[in-house]
Amino acid sequence: MKLFEATEKKDTRSGFGAGLAELGKENDQVVALCADLTGSLKMNAFADAHPDRFFQVGIAEANMIGVAAGLTIGGKIPFTGTFANFSTGRVYDQIRQSVAYSGKNVKICASHAGLTLGEDGATHQILEDIGLMKMLPHMVVINPCDYNQTKAATKAIADYNGPVYLRFGRPKVPVFTPADQTFEIGKAWKIKEGKDVTIIATGHLVWKAVEAEEILREKGIDAEIINIHTIKPLDEEAILTSVAKTGCVVTAEEHQMHGGLGDSVSQLLSRNTPTPQEYVAVNDSFGESGTPDQLMEKYGLNTESIVAAAERAMARKA
Amino acid sequence: MATTQELERTASQVRRDILRMVHAPASGHPGGSLGCADLFVALYFDVMHINPAPFNMNGTDEDLFFLSNGHISPVWYSTLARRGYFPVSELSTFRFINSRLQGHPATEEGLEGIRIASGSLGQGLSAASGAALTKKLNGENRMVYCLMGDGEQQEGQVWEAVMFAAHHKIDNLIAVIDWNNRQIDGDVEDVMALGNLEEKYQTFGWETLRMNGNDMQSVVDGLALAKEKSGNGKPVAIMMQTEMGAGVDFMMGTHKWHGVAPNDEQLAQALNQLEETLGDY
Repeated sequence: MKLFEATEKKDTRSGFGAGLAELGKENDQVVALCADLTGSLKMNAFADAHPDRFFQVGIAEANMIGVAAGLTIGGKIPFTGTFANFSTGRVYDQIRQSVAYSGKNVKICASHAGLTLGEDGATHQILEDIGLMKMLPHMVVINPCDYNQTKAATKAIADYNGPVYLRFGRPKVPVFTPADQTFEIGKAWKIKEGKDVTIIATGHLVWKAVEAEEILREKGIDAEIINIHTIKPLDEEAILTSVAKTGCVVTAEEHQMHGGLGDSVSQLLSRNTPTPQEYVAVNDSFGESGTPDQLMEKYGLNTESIVAAAERAMARKA
Repeated sequence: MATTQELERTASQVRRDILRMVHAPASGHPGGSLGCADLFVALYFDVMHINPAPFNMNGTDEDLFFLSNGHISPVWYSTLARRGYFPVSELSTFRFINSRLQGHPATEEGLEGIRIASGSLGQGLSAASGAALTKKLNGENRMVYCLMGDGEQQEGQVWEAVMFAAHHKIDNLIAVIDWNNRQIDGDVEDVMALGNLEEKYQTFGWETLRMNGNDMQSVVDGLALAKEKSGNGKPVAIMMQTEMGAGVDFMMGTHKWHGVAPNDEQLAQALNQLEETLGDY
């Protein structure tokens, strides 16, 4: 039996849209900007309810970031919305100078991250965005795992004063976290205690880790599952405590191996307690067209990959 | 209200500050700074409604200024210090280690008067547009000014912002383009010609006007006219004709002094042409 029985599937972007709509009602300082992807980002509810606080910027992402930075001067809390590719790589210099270096209270909300964007192919499937964003001083980087967590994260970042990158996705995925959860930035969620191997997952890979745990359990392996939704700042204590117990670790993410969550965990461990680590991540390649499930399987981002990585990690324990 | 003569005397001191600031570290951008000294003094000592101290990042109930072409930071720092945002003595730290006066303007060190970093070109008009929208959302009847370089108009983001400001009818926004026809590699017309810049702004839906940026009366009049034109559903752009290096004879008529500091002898020669009106720092 799985740790959770997910009864429904929803897209994380809809969690963002729902959270933003609630913020619109609760906080009149919240404003939103979108670069011609209002429907894709599920920002319609906010835009319809608060037309005076919603700014369509057209297909001009660089300007969107700059306008958002300017809106903070005078107290607004801007949420920008476009695909992850156009939220990061396309506008890196604008984010770096006008948002991060300037310490502006901008929430960069990015949908369609990773391979699960699917058929549009590699031009749109950014797998480098976590790395790009976490390298920027002052930037908080969050990659929630399901609808409820994304909604809670969206609301939580409005209460945090500073730049945030919030990453979510396109496909419908199982909803398994509580609807009434409190989201704490930088606080890991230990999904299950275990003693043999630590599996640290973020975003869409968290559900895959839950599935992998069941398979490992059937094989007699007691895995500890940790959800890192906040990649920066990293919950170092949660990771070090877990690894001290299990002695090996698997990181799982829908991102390049270089620069992602796995890199952050590896840096932490190498500085504190060098530990065998296996990566479930894209290994230095671009994606391609296909269905989300096909792509996740082809690029090794599925349940079976996590199981295999856990067994490899355990075999490397001294 | 300051008289034109008072503003000119302040501008003379700002020009001295600029030269001494870039001379000390042998680094910085005197050319454009000197060319824009009259604009900065007119804005900060006459036109803008501001509260220099204590500095308020949100600029509530203040007019705001954004410098997009951040490399002319010396003229901004001098103006801010002379206007009381921070001690004039701090100008001596420009471009040195542990200074709040970074080579390009930044908020990271908490320098009063700076509301966003600039230097990487093309970003200021976007930020100014956002700040102007916030003024409207907050029900403030205040203006937002943004200075850009003419070479900077080659950046694509500028035109994204030009479209945006017109589309959203940001009519509390006044953009000033420092039209000196010089950039690092030569004359703007040779490096990447801008065509009829004023007409381009008009075609994008802006009100425009011209002023001589190195004649104080023309600057004061031009800024007043721009404000008159504001509030009518359109942002306003001022084509401000200036001379790079204005005020120092050997720095004018060339792009050579865009980013080069004077040596000891050149500094002395330049300072001889500018009256010390408010006391050197």
